[in-house]
Amino acid sequence: MTIDHEMLTGFSKSFGLFYLIAMSIGVLVYTYWPSNKKPFENAAKAVVSDEEDRPCL
Amino acid sequence: MISQLTGNERVLAAFTFLILLCVGVAMAAAGRDDLIGTHGWIIAVSAIAGAVALLRAYDAPAPSATRLSEYYDDPSKVGIILTLIWGVIGMLVGVWVAALLAWPELTIDAAWASFGRLRPVHTSGVIFGFGGNALIATSFHVLQRTTRARLPDQFSPWFVLFGYNLFCVLAASGYLMGITQSKEYAEPEWYADIWLVVVWVVYFSIYIRTLLRRKEPHIYVANWYYMAFILVVALLHIINNLAVPLSFGHAKSYSLFSGVQDAMTQWWYGHNAVAFFLTAGFLGMMYYYLPKRAGRPIYSYRTSIISFWGITFMYMWAGSHHLHYTALPHWVQSLGMAFSVVLLVPSWASAGNALLTLNGAWHKVRDDAVLRFMMLAAIFYGLATFEGSFMAIRAVNSLSHYTDWTIGHVHAGALGWVAMITYGSLYALTPWLWKRPALYSAKLVEWHFWLALSGTVVYVFAMWNSGVIQGLMWRTYNDSGTLSYSFVDSLVAMHPYYIARALGGLLFLAGAVIALYNIVMTIRSPVAVASESASDIPLGLEPSAPIAQAGE
Repeated sequence: MTIDHEMLTGFSKSFGLFYLIAMSIGVLVYTYWPSNKKPFENAAKAVVSDEEDRPCL
Repeated sequence: MISQLTGNERVLAAFTFLILLCVGVAMAAAGRDDLIGTHGWIIAVSAIAGAVALLRAYDAPAPSATRLSEYYDDPSKVGIILTLIWGVIGMLVGVWVAALLAWPELTIDAAWASFGRLRPVHTSGVIFGFGGNALIATSFHVLQRTTRARLPDQFSPWFVLFGYNLFCVLAASGYLMGITQSKEYAEPEWYADIWLVVVWVVYFSIYIRTLLRRKEPHIYVANWYYMAFILVVALLHIINNLAVPLSFGHAKSYSLFSGVQDAMTQWWYGHNAVAFFLTAGFLGMMYYYLPKRAGRPIYSYRTSIISFWGITFMYMWAGSHHLHYTALPHWVQSLGMAFSVVLLVPSWASAGNALLTLNGAWHKVRDDAVLRFMMLAAIFYGLATFEGSFMAIRAVNSLSHYTDWTIGHVHAGALGWVAMITYGSLYALTPWLWKRPALYSAKLVEWHFWLALSGTVVYVFAMWNSGVIQGLMWRTYNDSGTLSYSFVDSLVAMHPYYIARALGGLLFLAGAVIALYNIVMTIRSPVAVASESASDIPLGLEPSAPIAQAGE
């Protein structure tokens, strides 16, 4: 198989579509995975909490 | 700062300066008949200055172990000052080149003062000098707070900060001497590019090493944006700058790419510089400082994750919209156009997320100009991304491309979004880092806010008018099928808008000077709050602390 322009454009036009769709589904699953809800909320709240401004040792 | 380095770090610093000195002298010797020689001297002198500073404090006692129970903020502090200084320099040169466009006879008869050499000093000065230093300074602060871990060591943050500024100085001084590889936003030549790669690798390693030691299990979304910025900029920078120098003693190099491949690589780089340098990094800033200042968690954390992946993966494909109606294959142009339009979704999700976070805190936005800077940044982010998606459509691009509309669009983003979120964040950060109860003057922040807003509006409206008129004049045909207007006709029509643009820029520059003054005066004011831990929360929420005497 020779790697030429035709082959590369064919690959980009087909595979590109499917990997981006697969990645979008992956991101959505991760984001809405029920057990992730709590860590996300904690992370958002931790930013505005006024704990001591020191590293955790 | 030398006294904060441990013994091993002082040795490491000494070796770094020694290597830098050798490289500088070698460049100066090999390039004695070329412009690269001057840069060799600049590198050598920087190394000597560093070595002198090191030797003067070499015998200082080693830092105590109690330092590990504090965050390491000194690099961020110096970074804030450098940001503000580069901002004033970059914007001053911007007003200068804007004035040259309005009144070309104002130029002085010197090669370095020509428009072509000054303009990249403006663009690199504001993007890399102002924007880059702001990103480095804030990323160190956000990284430590959101991971609850101190930076891994005391040497590498300084290496990144000063190494990066050496790159900025090499870039700006090179342009004035006439060194350029003629790639927009990637003008510095091969040796400066290699140096930036070294600095960037250390920068990313600081991020990874701190994250490995994090005490928070989840990595806050702002860090994802900062990491995307560092990682992708490295990728873009290395690929777009692949070049073969004439010799080790010459500044000139030849790009690995040619023709349309070169154009595509350059605009893949150019658009993603906008995406990852001017967008992702500053979104990281927004996702930390806006909730912090408003005292409210981000409206939807899930949306921030979805828009992160949307922005990082879709921007990669949008660059070809810079090459509509060129030799680039038609389907690649269409691909860039389609991704640019879809990009509106994650962009507006981010802008909407920021504004909805403020929903319920509008009284704070009204009273606090610092928070208002951040709100305005989110609005301009929404406006500029909508405009960008729209301009990427081929039919719209046929009117807008090569006109001042593009300049207006860039400045809606750069002044309205990047500069506003930066000033808002720095105003919030300065009292926290220097442990001051408040900024030197809230009134000056108000002045800055209104100068920045009016300057941006004047600039953007001038360029919209100018660009649309230009575009229409260039495509108007008469009955015999030839162009109705000459190029000079369109230039004459631009003149009033060029004057308005210079005025808008001048207003924005005045605000930048006020910001520098206000922050320097905040640092110099001798008041400190008694309780250190109370200083890291927004004003208004803070319990009234007794004010300590100077020098206490």
